[in-house]
Amino acid sequence: MKYSVNSVWENKDKYDVVVIGAGHAGCEAALACARLGHRTIVFTVSVDSIALMPCNPNIGGSSKGHLVREIDALGGEMGKIIDRTFIQSKMLNKSKGPAVHSLRAQADKALYSRTMRQVLENEKNLEVKQTEVVKILVDKNRITGVQTLSGAVYRCQAIILCTGTYLKARCIYGDVSTYTGPNGLQAANYLTDSLKELGIKMYRFKTGTPARIDKNTVDFSKMEEQLGDEKVIPFSFATNPDDVQIDQVSCWLTYTNKETHDIIRRNLDRSPLFSGMIEGTGPRYCPSIEDKVVKFADKERHQVFIEPEGLETNEMYIGGMSSSLPEDVQYEMYRTVPGLENVRIVRNAYAIEYDCIDARQLKPSLEFKNIEGLFSSGQFNGSSGYEEAAAQGLIAGINASRKINDLSPVILDRSEAYIGVLIDDLVTKESHEPYRMMTSRAEYRLLLRQDNADQRLSEKGYEIGLISKERYEKLKFKEKLIENEIKRLEHVTVGTTGNVQALLEKCGSTPLLSGSTIIDLIKRPELSYELLEEIDTGRPEFPTELKDEVIEQINIAIKYDGYIKRQKKQVEHFKKLENKKIPENINYDEVKSLRIEAVQKLKEYCPISIGQASRISGVSPADISVLLVYLEEKTRCNN
Amino acid sequence: MNQKYSDTIAAISTAVSSSGIGIVRMTGKEAFEIADKIYVGKKEKHLGDQKSHTIHYGFIEDSGRTIDEVLVMLMRAPHSYTGEDTVEINCHGGVYVVKKVLEILIKYGARPAEPGEFTKRAFLNGKLDLSQAEAVGDLISSQNEYARQSSVNQLKGSVKKEINEIRKEIIYHTAFIETALDDPEHINVDGYGETLKEVVDHLLAKIKKLLSTCDNGRIIKEGISTVIVGKPNAGKSSLLNALLGEERAIVTDIAGTTRDVLEEHINLQGISLNIMDTAGIRNTEDIIERIGVDKARDHIEKADLILYVIDASCALDENDREIFEMICNKRSIILLNKSDLKTIVKRKDVIDELELAKNKIIIYENEFNYAIRIAEISAKNESGIKELEEIVKEMFFGGEISFNDEIYITNVRHKAALKSAYESLCKVNESIEMNMPEDFYSIDLMDAYESLGNITGETIGEDLVNEIFSKFCMGK
Repeated sequence: MKYSVNSVWENKDKYDVVVIGAGHAGCEAALACARLGHRTIVFTVSVDSIALMPCNPNIGGSSKGHLVREIDALGGEMGKIIDRTFIQSKMLNKSKGPAVHSLRAQADKALYSRTMRQVLENEKNLEVKQTEVVKILVDKNRITGVQTLSGAVYRCQAIILCTGTYLKARCIYGDVSTYTGPNGLQAANYLTDSLKELGIKMYRFKTGTPARIDKNTVDFSKMEEQLGDEKVIPFSFATNPDDVQIDQVSCWLTYTNKETHDIIRRNLDRSPLFSGMIEGTGPRYCPSIEDKVVKFADKERHQVFIEPEGLETNEMYIGGMSSSLPEDVQYEMYRTVPGLENVRIVRNAYAIEYDCIDARQLKPSLEFKNIEGLFSSGQFNGSSGYEEAAAQGLIAGINASRKINDLSPVILDRSEAYIGVLIDDLVTKESHEPYRMMTSRAEYRLLLRQDNADQRLSEKGYEIGLISKERYEKLKFKEKLIENEIKRLEHVTVGTTGNVQALLEKCGSTPLLSGSTIIDLIKRPELSYELLEEIDTGRPEFPTELKDEVIEQINIAIKYDGYIKRQKKQVEHFKKLENKKIPENINYDEVKSLRIEAVQKLKEYCPISIGQASRISGVSPADISVLLVYLEEKTRCNN
Repeated sequence: MNQKYSDTIAAISTAVSSSGIGIVRMTGKEAFEIADKIYVGKKEKHLGDQKSHTIHYGFIEDSGRTIDEVLVMLMRAPHSYTGEDTVEINCHGGVYVVKKVLEILIKYGARPAEPGEFTKRAFLNGKLDLSQAEAVGDLISSQNEYARQSSVNQLKGSVKKEINEIRKEIIYHTAFIETALDDPEHINVDGYGETLKEVVDHLLAKIKKLLSTCDNGRIIKEGISTVIVGKPNAGKSSLLNALLGEERAIVTDIAGTTRDVLEEHINLQGISLNIMDTAGIRNTEDIIERIGVDKARDHIEKADLILYVIDASCALDENDREIFEMICNKRSIILLNKSDLKTIVKRKDVIDELELAKNKIIIYENEFNYAIRIAEISAKNESGIKELEEIVKEMFFGGEISFNDEIYITNVRHKAALKSAYESLCKVNESIEMNMPEDFYSIDLMDAYESLGNITGETIGEDLVNEIFSKFCMGK
């Protein structure tokens, strides 16, 4: 579709930042800019779909829960909103190490969306406008504003693209295909052309979602009930834990079976994937049920989670069975699942294709390398997931604001945050599918825990200006409590007295043969700080609202001390290369002895540090050495 | 001068040959500390307390065993080649001992130096002139290329296969754990420790076996790997016999008698040559002979030095041209044999052919481009053999073939990597025994995976994520 308009007019209101899209990335980006004092306008094709969750009805989960906590620690909004709108919450992997504990909450989708919308509407400096942006206006590689469908021009100093899955979106199931965004919403069909004109390289990705069904047609007696945690832990470090102890609703577990799989196999030829109707690349980590049946043919059954979409709707989500098979096949296959025999489908499952970018065109600040003032984040950058989107949105917002204020960008590295891993992967590695955060992608995950996100990042959030002084001081106070208590424990020893041995026996631990430090006892897997209270007199009283958090930190620091020290050492080494910056104006042709492939790759990526350069495929360790020698030569020449 | 590079590196810094003295050099922050752990001098002398630029007599000991009688030279930062604390150990006991000393240094905390790393440090610490920067870059890149080649050469065959199999098992089990952590509601990893322990024990046994083969005698024998090539009946076997002074290869007048590759170790005025006689190279229908020819090509690729024997009494033909192409970018000596007969191939012909061959093949960037030497000999009458020895010696001492220590260092590096993989897997077992949660296993599993990858020259990249997606079914 070619865009044309008869009358162009200029909106004279002065804006600093234009945010395009009001999904999870757009909301964080807009809020960050507005809160940092910039007049911000956010455009959306539908004000009713702000912070929409068009796929799964939950926030968090393995490693994604980490992202939400980090967003919160930096002063983002997602954690606070889900704490106000969740209907069930669970800490996943609780039996595993602290590094992989991860919060996941079921959201009341409509409430989540409304609540976020209200936060946006009530934010000073922030305006919401329903219209489609069709053009990015650029002068000499620097953005000057945007133009909307109606021909209105908005001048600004920074633009943040957060178009999600809306660009040239197309929804498909069976042989039905409609040019709409998710949930049947209007797609944005013109912006792609404008971006291409600017020389931006586009990809086409695909993802999918399962059907939504009517709760009244589900037989829950044939399913296993999945309850939330008895004691809910909030996402946000600012939420009072007492406020999240609510009545929770359940999810339900059931399974596919041979009959389901037979129906799918029989109808594979009717899938748009097989007929070639879908051209986009889909994610391997979130396969459709037909993918799973084909790829894991020997699996007799797959899990299916039936999850509520909210308190004020009967719609439920069929987790584990996304599909793009024709409507009649969907009915047939869903109805083979125990409990779904008479199910009625409210919304069909579908696959969606959309335009996104190759994020290697971005700097780690999320600004385009070749277009000043243009930032982008979220699914548009080739990621997937609400949390990944929000995390990038926040960083893009912060950096757009800093750009306007002439400050250096905030770039988190891989040893500081999952957000750092996420963005570094996006801008450094080539990817042919939507990128999802995974705990295995974080090299230093023992340090990047969800429980210490505030200690890792809130000081930064405070410096940036998104964390209040009060919250920062509370953090410092908490850190002091932890530090002092560990220091005290270092000097506490216990002997082989009767009460010590009795306590150990009670806890199923081996009695002592000689004296021991309390710390050595805490290190035993079956013991903890709390359990040893009666033999450790002289413990301080912690403030009630911080008590659990402080004790958790003490236990982790002592129990995993050896592993943590090892990772810290690795980080030290990592930081050395990361801190060696490569000047922006480096001329790689001038660096003799670099292999040709390395020169090409380095020119293409323009890494900001030796560390980033070392992660580019095609750049060898020898190339890195040569580069180091060259940089040293340059520095000495300049002195 | 501050010491920028905190870790301590070590390498054999003399040519490795079975003749006499060898020097092991170590540089870095902990150089003195590490040296003190293995040096035993008179009256409990501590090297760390000694002045810079002094030499100390003593012994290298490891766990109570004396390895060698040595002289140790100390240079304190910044007054050393690298600008860092440096220790040079002069050993007396030949190849095996020099290598052993290097291994002990690594055991006590030094890291095998990367190719060109001493020079790199010297430069980065300001010890080398700015004008040398480019040369330093060249050195690093060419030495790395050589190291990569020799590393890969040594790994051909069973060892590489074995290591890859170990890696495959490690990544599979790590991926399983990681999938479960990423998708705990679909995949349960509880109690996986028991299964994993069996796997790890099995892998530990395999690595132990690999480690034990590192130390066998083959390595000590290694010298300049030299290959004799030529057309059938050009006199290759006669040359070998002349060099060896004994009839080992079957010498007949029938072309194609040497069907296998013979391997001999000779000592040429103190230079170790590892000589391989190969089947004559010609297009042949004979299957057995064909295998021999293919092997010969393989050996040319890996060789440090090639002796190309030409029957100067016959005109050059297609088969010769094929050989010229194979050797024209290698370190070679071309021998015009049968000088006892009427010769028709002259030096000029050879030079022309070489030029032709060089123009024909693509010489890749960074590939070695050596001067090729030509000599007339008669292997039968053993005339010209002395001259040949002189040429080899000249190439050796003249720096033309500075037999690269890389093979040894690579070996030591392989061994260090195997050991570190072994240790990482032991840590996995410890974690299992201590009842640590499953996510701790994958940390050490991936360390082991990475160490083994250093041997085969593979990096981790997206291996784990790819394995997760290809082997396990995730939810949603």
